[in-house]
Amino acid sequence: MRNFTYLQPENLKQAAKALEKNEAMVMGGGTDLLDLLKMDIAAPEQVLNLKSAGDAELRTIEEKDDKLRIGGLVTLAELAADDRLRRSYTVLQEAAAAAATPQLRNAGTLGGNLCQRPRCWYFRDPEFSCLRKGGDTCFAIDGRNKFHCVVGGGPCYIVHPSDTAVALLALGAEVRVRKGGKTRSVPIGEFFVLPEVDPQRETILGDGEFVVGVEVPAPGRDTRSSYTKFKFREGWDFAVVSVALVMDKAGGIVRGGTVALGGVAPVPWLDAGGSAALAGIGGQDRRLDAFAGALLAGAEPMTENEFKVPLTRNLAKRALVELLDR
Amino acid sequence: MPTRDKPVDPGRRTFIKTLGVGVAGATAVGAMGPEADAEESPALPAGTQILDLTVNGKRHRLHVESRTTLAELLRDELGFTGTKVACNRGMCGTCTVLLDGLAVYSCHTLALDAHGKQVLTVEGLMKGEELHPLQQAFVDHDGLQCGYCTPGQVMAAEALLRENPEPSRADIEAGMAGNLCRCGAYPKIIESIESMKGGR
Repeated sequence: MRNFTYLQPENLKQAAKALEKNEAMVMGGGTDLLDLLKMDIAAPEQVLNLKSAGDAELRTIEEKDDKLRIGGLVTLAELAADDRLRRSYTVLQEAAAAAATPQLRNAGTLGGNLCQRPRCWYFRDPEFSCLRKGGDTCFAIDGRNKFHCVVGGGPCYIVHPSDTAVALLALGAEVRVRKGGKTRSVPIGEFFVLPEVDPQRETILGDGEFVVGVEVPAPGRDTRSSYTKFKFREGWDFAVVSVALVMDKAGGIVRGGTVALGGVAPVPWLDAGGSAALAGIGGQDRRLDAFAGALLAGAEPMTENEFKVPLTRNLAKRALVELLDR
Repeated sequence: MPTRDKPVDPGRRTFIKTLGVGVAGATAVGAMGPEADAEESPALPAGTQILDLTVNGKRHRLHVESRTTLAELLRDELGFTGTKVACNRGMCGTCTVLLDGLAVYSCHTLALDAHGKQVLTVEGLMKGEELHPLQQAFVDHDGLQCGYCTPGQVMAAEALLRENPEPSRADIEAGMAGNLCRCGAYPKIIESIESMKGGR
């Protein structure tokens, strides 16, 4: 690992100021950034340690004005252990608990989880100068692409690796982004960037901008939610595909809901077709195949990942059946 | 950004162990000191900082490079070689230590992120030459084969049992998911941990 200057702001104000002046990379838990540094994928002169900022808003989970505000430095372990999340924002609690290992969940933060870089093996290998690293080739197209995307790809075919982002998308969350003295809220669906817009970045974050937290609208009394993740190895892994399901239920019938998918696209994927097909299912109406068939409309699998389409559909069916009974 | 001191750039593994804290060190710890709030945010001398941490109950002050990992500090500078490094990528768990009571991968934690914190390594579990009951359980139940991953397994198990003294088998499997054993001693590792239930 190359050496760097480690900036230690005492508060958000100093952090924002330092980031306006320096091209520092922001570090939360460091679980992803350290990997990028060790592999020389990133070689910043300066790294800003957001954890040194003492502001309580970075570390708290607070219910206020029909919203849940979660600080960007709240760890995945803290999210997974939170009773408010377990009760009302189940999909987010389950996504956090399904991510990584106990050790990584103790270190990894929500903000960092949203801003982590993709796992594509060509991106992670310093030998490959791929599109995402400023090269002119996506090696996955003619290479090994078992774990790459089936929708939203081109000219780069990564999948977004975050579990919590998929859950937050299904919940309609907003990401709080700070630059200088100002904080703005960005709907999470607009926070992530498709490769057709810019293949070298995954988020809209520009110079001097960083994530300070998220805001999640409070679900209704009849809302139920779940996160279902398929891993290649059960012990721990990134999602091959995952399904975040948030739906309103009355008398055992789904009134409406949202399906967001992980592991299928370069961004957390809001599935409009699948979401629209949810209403009315329940009781005697078990149009599960119609629901599953509506998912991943327009999918264009690559040479090795066609399996992701039926896998996603079956996983979504399972998630729906289980959630109907909750 | 102004610097207050000449950049100190010792070799990767050559640290300057400070005896007491000099003036430069003391002002440096805050990095962006309170006086910086209004206008400037001065950084430390490029690439190095003073680290103040407690390992196994004993306090240490050292001058370290930013890139130094906690595992490198523990092994190469402080001599706690019980902590092993295998993957050095935060994936295998051999380097697991407790940081303020929570299990972390020391190879994937910057030493400077342990500033002001308590680190517990496998050496800290022992009383002199006497094994900790959890270590003894691994011996009694053959919870190891080659033994290389064992210090990490023991520390992960210690964290698990502190949080949940009566873990179910599923709790143990989930709690130990971050530690690989390439000899495949998993059934015996689980058995070793199960034997600790109620016996602490």
